[in-house]
Amino acid sequence: MEALIALAIGLLTGCGVYLVLRAHTFPVVLGLTLLSYAVNLFLFATGRLVVGQPPVIGSATAALGQLADPLPQALVLTAIVIGFAMTAFVIMLSLRARAELGNDHVDGQDEGRTGR
Amino acid sequence: MNAHLAIAPILAPFLAGVLLLALRDLPMPLRRWFALCALLAQVGIAIMLLAAVAGGEILVYRLGNWPAPWGIVLVADRLAAWMVLITTLLALVALIHASDGTDRKGRHFHVLFQMQLFGLTGAFLTGDLFNLFVFFEILLISSYGLMLHGGGAARTRAGLHYVVLNLLGSTVFLFAAGLIYASLGSLNMADLAAKAASVAPENLGLARAGGLLLLAVFALKAALLPLHLWLPATYANTSAPVAALFAIMTKVGAYAILRTSTLVFGDGAGALAGLFEPWLLPAALATLVVGMLGALAATSLGRLAAWLVVSSVGTLLIAFALAQPGGVGTVNAAGIAAGLYYLPHGTFAAALLFLLAEALRRRRPASADAFASDADVARYALWGGVFFVAAVAAAGLPPLSGFVGKFLILQAAAGQPWVWAVILVSALAGVIALARAGSRLFFSATSADAAAPPLPLNEPSSATRELVAIGGLLGLIFALTLGAGPVVEFTRVTALQLADPAAYIAAVLGTEGVAR
Repeated sequence: MEALIALAIGLLTGCGVYLVLRAHTFPVVLGLTLLSYAVNLFLFATGRLVVGQPPVIGSATAALGQLADPLPQALVLTAIVIGFAMTAFVIMLSLRARAELGNDHVDGQDEGRTGR
Repeated sequence: MNAHLAIAPILAPFLAGVLLLALRDLPMPLRRWFALCALLAQVGIAIMLLAAVAGGEILVYRLGNWPAPWGIVLVADRLAAWMVLITTLLALVALIHASDGTDRKGRHFHVLFQMQLFGLTGAFLTGDLFNLFVFFEILLISSYGLMLHGGGAARTRAGLHYVVLNLLGSTVFLFAAGLIYASLGSLNMADLAAKAASVAPENLGLARAGGLLLLAVFALKAALLPLHLWLPATYANTSAPVAALFAIMTKVGAYAILRTSTLVFGDGAGALAGLFEPWLLPAALATLVVGMLGALAATSLGRLAAWLVVSSVGTLLIAFALAQPGGVGTVNAAGIAAGLYYLPHGTFAAALLFLLAEALRRRRPASADAFASDADVARYALWGGVFFVAAVAAAGLPPLSGFVGKFLILQAAAGQPWVWAVILVSALAGVIALARAGSRLFFSATSADAAAPPLPLNEPSSATRELVAIGGLLGLIFALTLGAGPVVEFTRVTALQLADPAAYIAAVLGTEGVAR
């Protein structure tokens, strides 16, 4: 399970970084989204991966390490909400840049011709 | 009263922002008066907070009264109170300047302005790493709105870069926070400081990676080389009062570096002690050099001011990163004290230059603030005089506070010739850049153009408000110069408090003061 999670995070991060480095706003926004998925998964894993354990210490028999850490789940929730708002904002900003600059290049102009 | 003093600087702008949103249909003058009164109240709160912690007390506010490290804490020590006071004073000046009509050029300027202050004060006062991330997001999303306020193609283009870069920074911040939680098991900064010394060997690599990722994020906020490239375009393309307020934004990054390097990765951190040290001083020196090269190459006053922000961040972080002369420990209290004196000076001087650039833009319709010959500006003696004083302050020449700050930094860097050489040579470059700007803007003017159209005023009394804002910044710089004795003494004890974080840790984690 560890290897699978690590692969998923690595793949999402790699694709995200690649897309963020593209020259048009749409891939950049997609890349930011993939990166935020990657970081959310990563935050989940920071509490260590356990299966079938309660997130709270209910009984005296449950030893430390035999419970799912609840804090990363709270962190992920916060990160999801903030990431969602930021994605909405950056989409609106890209649309506005497309309208004001006349094209969707991140620098406002395609190489070879001035798009302003 | 004192019980809630630590949270008051955060709640005041938040409530003011919410009320301004609810009152958005009021006439603009009423909203301005409301925002101004709210800001004056915030300055009062900041002064009260500073007075409450000046004796060395550390106010800890446990939200929901959950004991640390389980709950989120707000911690007000001397450093946090000092940063809050600088922020509110700068915001007061920026707000007065924005009230000359800039705030009419888009919707909700005053709401965003208050929310920006909410995020800034929260970032300074929080004692929790993840909470710091949340406050960073609050100040960033407000800054996106403020930066784009007014619109225009150049602003949108610079804004897109700024937003995407900061979103990437936020992602890296989350990775860093996750790594630190995974390796040290806490996010409360005082608890991290207590746990850093006893980190398990198998987690040491993770903790180092997390700490250095944190440094990268803070360096992006602070515009430390090589993560400074976003700053000049962003600051030069936004409106003047927003650029003036943003002068404090790079200092948030510097503050976060200072806080984590003294508290979490300070001398008591065992294997993690001095984690930032090998990186910080070289990067800060390079930032100062590149900032000054940029200033020399700038072709307009706005760009020049933006590059001077970069170099002032370099100077500031050099002061924070200076090694201990004796080689014992990693924290040089004299350097931190000098940096904390230089910090408000650099902020106010940069804000002053941004406001001056805007004044010239309005008075030189043909060439704006570019370094080109143009008809002489109206009341050139006044503007030339103000520019001269601002240039003396920004270049760090005597007799103003910039000289005192640089002198203190050089004094703290005794025995480090490289630091001396870089600071002195770059100071010379700064003088050259500013002198060139002044002579191009004011001396090479063609004679006054009698047929020039009258000054396009935003509003009837906008010129007065502009002058009040610029005069306010000059007054702050003069006050910092005249009050250098008490201020330096205050920053000295602040640095000593930072160098010995035991009291901070005890106040947050200890059982004493549970009554908060």
